[in-house]
Amino acid sequence: MEKVRHLSKATRSNLITYGLVTAAFIIMDLLIETGSASYSLMGLLVPICAYICLATSLNLVVGVSGELSLGHAGFMSIGAFTGIVVVQLLGSGTNDVVRMLIGLASAAATASVAGILIGWPVMRLQGDYLAIVTLAFGEIIKNLLNNFWLGVDKYGLHFSMKSAMALGLTDGGRVLINGPQGASGIPHLSSFFAGYLLIMFTLFVVLNLINSRSGRAIMAVRDNRIAAQSVGINVTKYRLMAFVIAAALAGMAGALYAMNYSSVMPKKFDFNTSILILVLVVLGGMGNIRGGVISAAVLTILPERLRFIGDFRMLIYALVLIGAMNLTYDTRLVEWRRKIREKFSAKRQGQDERGGVSGE
Amino acid sequence: MGFLTNLINGISLGSVYAIIALGYTMVYGIAKMLNFAHGDVIMVGAYICYCSMSYLGLSPLLSILLSVAGCTVLGILIEHFAYKPLRNAPSLSVLITAIGVSYLLQNTALIIMKSDPKVFPSVVEDLPSVELFGGELRIQAITIVTVLTCIFVMLGLTYFTSRTKLGKAMRACSEDKGAAQLMGINVDMTISMVFAIGSGLAAIAGVLLCSAYPTLMPTTGAMPGIKAFTAAVLGGIGSIPGAALGGVLLGIIEIFAKAYIGTELADAIVFAVLIVVLLIKPSGLLGHTTTEKV
Repeated sequence: MEKVRHLSKATRSNLITYGLVTAAFIIMDLLIETGSASYSLMGLLVPICAYICLATSLNLVVGVSGELSLGHAGFMSIGAFTGIVVVQLLGSGTNDVVRMLIGLASAAATASVAGILIGWPVMRLQGDYLAIVTLAFGEIIKNLLNNFWLGVDKYGLHFSMKSAMALGLTDGGRVLINGPQGASGIPHLSSFFAGYLLIMFTLFVVLNLINSRSGRAIMAVRDNRIAAQSVGINVTKYRLMAFVIAAALAGMAGALYAMNYSSVMPKKFDFNTSILILVLVVLGGMGNIRGGVISAAVLTILPERLRFIGDFRMLIYALVLIGAMNLTYDTRLVEWRRKIREKFSAKRQGQDERGGVSGE
Repeated sequence: MGFLTNLINGISLGSVYAIIALGYTMVYGIAKMLNFAHGDVIMVGAYICYCSMSYLGLSPLLSILLSVAGCTVLGILIEHFAYKPLRNAPSLSVLITAIGVSYLLQNTALIIMKSDPKVFPSVVEDLPSVELFGGELRIQAITIVTVLTCIFVMLGLTYFTSRTKLGKAMRACSEDKGAAQLMGINVDMTISMVFAIGSGLAAIAGVLLCSAYPTLMPTTGAMPGIKAFTAAVLGGIGSIPGAALGGVLLGIIEIFAKAYIGTELADAIVFAVLIVVLLIKPSGLLGHTTTEKV
């Protein structure tokens, strides 16, 4: 009985999350149809979708698996550039939907390979050491892509670590990735609807994982690694599983993000982007998927809405970060909030006793 | 001679990293937090020194003192208003706060000083550079001053932590805060003091860094901050000699990678070395492994 109730609670909570996203999508879509959405907001829609996916996937690592990852933008970057190269190679002859799907799938594939490559050795490390290795990984990816040239001609793909000239392309060849300039002439395949579908896919994967046997094993490892190990849970396997799935989802979000612009540079996916995603997760509440979705949407819009105050914009953002953390954990403020809540519930209890509003 | 020049430049850059890494490692040792705002304290220190030299016309030495004093106060203020309320919060929340402080410092600097790069006047302009081997090897004065400062700071800190009462209190707090408190150590004050020392050192590092690489922008501190953090982890975070060793090693690797492999890939190589070291010795070069108890 207890078990059934627990399960239905989780399912209900998941349905609320799906419903929330769908409702937001429909409302936004209606606003666009009726022409009441501002131009700047419409430009933000795909990035918001991408950041929601990124926050959800990082939440799997930070919140559910309990590891601090500071290199999520690295996976985003790998996914973005893989996606771009694949859709460019497929050419405009292929159906756009098919192109986009193949692009996303290959983005997920390369990002998960990178996730395994970096995750497998570093899963031996704990806590802050894991954080610094993922940070280093993100920086390495950015640096390597800054020195990476890829071109295609009738003989196939060519790559170089020196310059575009060193590719030695024949006539009619194209440069796909141009070192620090990144990729340009990207086909505009992303749309708000594609973003919505990717969010639903990401949520589906993450929420189902959390409520599965593997998900419970991952959370057991987070809560007490040694205890989990002693009941026979393969710690490395489950930590790696969360890490790699998150990497693959981040890769897909990166591809979605990149295909919203005509050109993307590797330096877009730097340490600051990783931190931005981490901030979304922490402000939404670690391990709380729905919270991450909401905070991703709000915090992507907020800096844009605050653009009119110019340089003070990031200052306010910084104060919001510090303030939110202090508000949550400062013992004096926590005490103050508890008192207020007690006052409210006391009032409501009083009403109940007087025969006012009751539950049933 | 190219090799020797590179080695000396590497040691000099590494000395700056080492001084910054000290701030990271001490704060981590005592407060168990990654103080991401540390890199930006460097930038603030450099700006204070720049302003007092360029606008107030003070002598370099006085400017440095002013800058150290300013950053020390800044460190204490940051600790008091941003980190102290979060003593019992999960480490990730403290990390986010540190990132918030980092943005706050960068953007305050952006508003006050604007984004255009300032050319930092060297603090040792009057000193001549040293020529060895009949002029084949030239060592700039700032290089020598940087290395000497680093050695002086290391010796000073080693004396401080091993001999003085405050230093011992600091070590006690980083071992076990609860036990230290029972022994009558004022833990809050000790933590504030560590922030003060770390930030004061950051100011010195900022001045030295900008004297050697004279472009000063609101984001100047970010990358050296990350590198110094890397250096602290490389040497074993929490260990003072480890920070020195990690910093110097990192500086040498960076300069050699720039000279022999390519400027663009230097950062990638620095971080790759870190990953390799951590895989072989997960607690860093001089860090000691702790066994987990159930």
